[in-house]
Amino acid sequence: MKQFDVVVIGGGHAGAEAAHAVARMGAQAALVTLSAAAIGVMSCNPAIGGLGKGHLVREIDALDGVMGRVADRSGIQFRLLNRRKGPAVQGPRAQADRKIYRETMQAVLAATPGLTIIEGEVTDLRMKGHAACGVILADGTEIAARAVILTTGTFLRGVIHIGDVSRPGGRMGDPASIRLAKRIDSFGLPLGRLKTGTPPRLDGRSIDWARLDRQQPDDDPVMFSFLSRRPSVRQVSCGITHTNEHTHEIIRENLSRSAMYGGHIEGIGPRYCPSIEDKIVRFPDKASHQIFLEPESLSDSVIYPNGISTSLPQDVQEAYVRSIVGLERAIILQPGYAIEYDYVDPRALDSGLAVSGIRGLYLAGQINGTTGYEEAAAQGVVAGLNAARFATDSAPVRFSRTDSYIGVMIDDLTARGVSEPYRMFTSRAEFRLTLRADNADQRLTPLGISLGCVGEDRQRAFDDKMERLNAGRDLLEQTIITPSGLARMGMPINQDGVRRSGMQVLSFPSVEVGDLASINSALAELDPETAAQLKRDATYANYIDRQAREVEMLRRDEAVTIPRDFDYRCIEGLSNEIRDKLVASRPDTLAQASRIEGMTPAALSLVLIRLRRSLRARSA
Amino acid sequence: METIFALSTAPGKAAVAVIRVSGSEVPEVCRVMCGDLPAPRQVALRALRGRSGDRIDEALVLFFPEKASFTGEAVLELQTHGSPAVIAAVLGELSRIPGLRQAEPGEFTRRALDHGRLDLTRVEALSDLLAAETEAQRRQAMRGFSGELARECAIWREALLRALALLEVTIDFADEEIPVDVTPEVRALLADVIQRLERQVRGVGIAERVRTGFEVAIVGPPNVGKSTLLNRLAGRNAAITSEHAGTTRDVIEVRMDLDGLPVTILDTAGLRETRDAVEKIGIARARDRAKAADLRVFLSEKGERFADLAQVGDIHLVAKADLQDGADGISGLTGKGIDALVARLTDILQERASGAGLATHARHEFAMRKALMSLKEAHEHLDLGESLTDLAAAEVHSAVRSLDSLVGRIDVEAVLGEIFSSFCLGK
Repeated sequence: MKQFDVVVIGGGHAGAEAAHAVARMGAQAALVTLSAAAIGVMSCNPAIGGLGKGHLVREIDALDGVMGRVADRSGIQFRLLNRRKGPAVQGPRAQADRKIYRETMQAVLAATPGLTIIEGEVTDLRMKGHAACGVILADGTEIAARAVILTTGTFLRGVIHIGDVSRPGGRMGDPASIRLAKRIDSFGLPLGRLKTGTPPRLDGRSIDWARLDRQQPDDDPVMFSFLSRRPSVRQVSCGITHTNEHTHEIIRENLSRSAMYGGHIEGIGPRYCPSIEDKIVRFPDKASHQIFLEPESLSDSVIYPNGISTSLPQDVQEAYVRSIVGLERAIILQPGYAIEYDYVDPRALDSGLAVSGIRGLYLAGQINGTTGYEEAAAQGVVAGLNAARFATDSAPVRFSRTDSYIGVMIDDLTARGVSEPYRMFTSRAEFRLTLRADNADQRLTPLGISLGCVGEDRQRAFDDKMERLNAGRDLLEQTIITPSGLARMGMPINQDGVRRSGMQVLSFPSVEVGDLASINSALAELDPETAAQLKRDATYANYIDRQAREVEMLRRDEAVTIPRDFDYRCIEGLSNEIRDKLVASRPDTLAQASRIEGMTPAALSLVLIRLRRSLRARSA
Repeated sequence: METIFALSTAPGKAAVAVIRVSGSEVPEVCRVMCGDLPAPRQVALRALRGRSGDRIDEALVLFFPEKASFTGEAVLELQTHGSPAVIAAVLGELSRIPGLRQAEPGEFTRRALDHGRLDLTRVEALSDLLAAETEAQRRQAMRGFSGELARECAIWREALLRALALLEVTIDFADEEIPVDVTPEVRALLADVIQRLERQVRGVGIAERVRTGFEVAIVGPPNVGKSTLLNRLAGRNAAITSEHAGTTRDVIEVRMDLDGLPVTILDTAGLRETRDAVEKIGIARARDRAKAADLRVFLSEKGERFADLAQVGDIHLVAKADLQDGADGISGLTGKGIDALVARLTDILQERASGAGLATHARHEFAMRKALMSLKEAHEHLDLGESLTDLAAAEVHSAVRSLDSLVGRIDVEAVLGEIFSSFCLGK
């Protein structure tokens, strides 16, 4: 029997990232997938990154993960979102060439030492009591492992709906994994049902581009990876068109034929990514909705019309698509569809994404109720790192809300659960000013280095960058500027007699490092990248100092861990409502408990008292 | 860990107030304010001094060393005279000492828990105490608010939630179809909350009033019987009264006790056009004092309304009711209508004093002032343009956190809910 440290089930974005993370940690990883050719497939829109999501990609990259590098290699239109707003809310985004992305991902994984790709259908887990210790394939092959990571996406009882036609299946063309689902059922994990949808895919050659507005790529593309410098392939623009009253009329008339409105779907869809039916029903006053026509690849003519996902029957899709300017003769290559699937309530997981009660089993990606490639990949990293640590008898890795978007997401999922497909937003991060895309490496690469998941090249590049940053910062700290000095620089400032360091002056909105070169000429020598990063750090320095106390309080609460088997029933004085919520979400830390809806400081104190009491009882 | 301090007794006027300080800076606090550390658990009588060396109060000072105190840290207990002025001065001095800050609600207890200072038998009692510190106390504070204030908080909450949703939608959905410029609406929302908060913070002044006394001005034309009324109210001849118009040239004050509330009644010079320089000064002064007073009682014979001085809630009476009939009549001479006036004054002032409920909580005032600062900062960021949207949002979030105990928690789900119900998103 083949023996690995960790076996990963599924080759989507969570699975690929998880397997790669395991291998980076020096452990032996097997990635089992139905089809090796499907690894790295982008089944929804052909884009990576965005707001919050771009932050996640940068964090994955900071830990030496693959998504950022692969997206950079395949990006055909890079845009930094919120470019005119503060750096804290800027999110890198790129349209990816679907084919190049997939091929690059497959090539990267194939070239990774310690990572074996196995084609096959996992039909069951190997179990030793309450511990997962490998998988069993459809052909009877058994693979032994110390830990298993399940990244099966929407495959759990997935049902595809096109109008009133529905059939089982995950992505179009894949069989549902029903047998494996039964094993998961046997664990008694709490399940929920969600749905998501895609738009019809169009043939670009049938679109009248001349009549459409275009969205151009950025002139100075911003990459995802801290190791990338520039795009690898040709950059293209997207088309922009809009729905109109006629489109809406067609959809309204056929609402009852939509899977959603025809009563065929019970799962809950994401509010931020509604189907075109939803948009028209919920915002009846809006006469038109924007559509981005995104090329899926440089090597074919498939167009992804972003903004009109649907579960209407195919003939209605064709009718409404052709009512749109520029799409009058559009040919639908693949109809849009809605997909419903089971997810595991992530409150059943700990902060390493391990399933409570089943040793060695980890879940990552859409199966945990999230949506999006980036959310999936980031979970893949967390599960991969933790499974590898588990397999080598090391302590779990915890990410915190104070250090990363990864930490925010893991905490949201495992403490609060989900009520719709979970997507990252920058507004979810209370320490948004600290957790920036630009400093993801400063925040996480040291952690990655200490864990051993960061390769030599990146470590060298990081050390070099930090050296330059620190030298630049020292230079700025040593540069002392008087109010009259500021006045000479043309800065309108009170003659308050306060002498400021270069770093303090740099925190003023209109000041750049170059402006200070007249006071300390050594500053003119700083390379542009270092100067820009120092400016970003300075911009938020005051706020970060102010947030420090909140961070400290949160960390203190995070340091108080609650055992998984903690008995909330023995706490007198807790209301039934709060007790039920605590039992349902089983928080890992006092900090998580505090974020449970309806939690009061009084109830929290009762939990803390009880915790200390049981700790004392244990040590006595 | 920072050293924390707070008033441990109920705010307001009392014989004694207890202020507690907990943390490593306790010896320093003692050195700065009242000399060297007293022997542990031995009461010492000390003068409390401010930075400038002036005496704030004389207090009983108690010191509990680390590991033998309520919180488990070094604790200093200052038992001062229970006057709001002394308390404010001592808290003010403490906040100026580096490394010290006002305790968060329940933080002393929290530290006691952190240091394992609470024994099991007290768990039950503590849970009650903790409840009082938070939920019940909040409810009590809410009860203290008049219904008007509860509604007020709902308005703040709604406005801040909307402002956050507008800011966040431009940040998190920048690549979607959203209104081009939301800042005018955000700015208007913030300006409104700022104004409302400022009004509430001013309500802190009510607590001050309860301490120093409300001022009620008797206002009216000359010779309408203002001084006679004052004398009747005061039960003694405090102001000179005569038949000659314009007798009261200065402002005369009489302190009274209206059902426990201290009230100063002001008798002002009669309002009329005059060429007499001295009387002119008297009238100007009368107007100023009348304007600044908490309440005005207008006396008139011919139904003048004194539009330039009158404020909502003032009392308008028909003077010399001994000479004429009327429902709102009053006569200082016969005493007609005096009891009704006293009852009315008492009612109005009692109600205002109760309106101070929110503001008397130092914690709430602290929260409101903090929120105000953040919101003003946010407003300024918005003026500087789009590039500071993230900082503006951070300030609004921080204001919301400051106001958590008043408006309830506004978390990301609430903001997203508002976003998704207002904007059609999802391209």
